[in-house]
Amino acid sequence: MKISDIKTLLDAEVVCGEENLGHDVYSACGSDMMSDVLAYVKDQAVLLTGLVNSQVIRTAEMMDMVCIVFVRSKKPTPEMIELAKESGLVLMNTEKRMYEACGLLYKSGLVGNGVRHE
Amino acid sequence: MRPAVCFIKADSSETGSDMSDSVKFRFDVDGSNFTTAGQASVQVKKNLRELGIPAEAIRRVSIAMYEGEINMVIHAHGGVAEVEVFEDKIVIVLSDTGPGIPNIELAMKEGYSTAPDNIRSLGFGAGMGLPNMKRYTDGMKIDTELGKGTTITMVVNF
Ligand SMILES: Nc1ncnc2c1ncn2[C@@H]1O[C@H](COP(=O)(O)OP(=O)(O)OP(=O)(O)O)[C@@H](O)[C@H]1O
Ligand SMILES: [Mg+2]
Repeated sequence: MKISDIKTLLDAEVVCGEENLGHDVYSACGSDMMSDVLAYVKDQAVLLTGLVNSQVIRTAEMMDMVCIVFVRSKKPTPEMIELAKESGLVLMNTEKRMYEACGLLYKSGLVGNGVRHE
Repeated sequence: MRPAVCFIKADSSETGSDMSDSVKFRFDVDGSNFTTAGQASVQVKKNLRELGIPAEAIRRVSIAMYEGEINMVIHAHGGVAEVEVFEDKIVIVLSDTGPGIPNIELAMKEGYSTAPDNIRSLGFGAGMGLPNMKRYTDGMKIDTELGKGTTITMVVNF
């Protein structure tokens, strides 16, 4: 699906990265622990999280992710938005909670594939 | 605040290597500020892209260095990060003057962490960093002395 489909499915508000909404994405992950994202995620392009701090943006950038969805209407800080813009990341927020947001995306074909292959 | 960045065109005498040249980046990692932790890794990622390093190598360096940089901030009051790019490998050296690691074998275990709860509420402290650094690199060495500090050297070949 396209990043713009995520926006539609989650009824989300785009905070920045509008110009990259046309990117194709195939898998996603949801976590509030950046430690786990760094250790277990592989090739997922989208991160759903309820955590709001600059490390969320840097973690996504280190992992070559392209989009972060903040659940439960969490709003990124101006500093985070600045960091995201520098690396072309799409940030959006949705009123939906983590479980529902992940479920909606999964049901529409955005898979997890998050298992680490040793 | 921006990290101190300097590009040094190192010659063989400086690096003690027989490579004709390498490019070296050096950063001061501020240990008092969790918000800025990771700045050096972000900058290194940009620099490596500019140098045209293969994407997979950049990703491995990025993840390993970022984990190490965060460790320097949450466990060791910051320090210095140096990255040297050779023709076929990247060497990352992270040095801090923190408390040292009492038991390296234990620290390398997945899930072992001494991070306090406030660090966990910031999204870190699962005890996954050091094992992840080892997994993403082709070589990793930990030199540590209690009360003196820790130096971690990692190599990524490409
Ligand atoms: N530079 C360091 N100085 C002192 N102790 C360290 C340093 N790096 C790691 N440690 C110790 O080793 C433990 C394991 O480190 P590791 O990076 O694997 O996990 P963590 O940092 O606690 O959590 P995570 O990396 O998952 O966020 C730490 O909890 C800490 O006790
Ligand atoms: Mg760690």
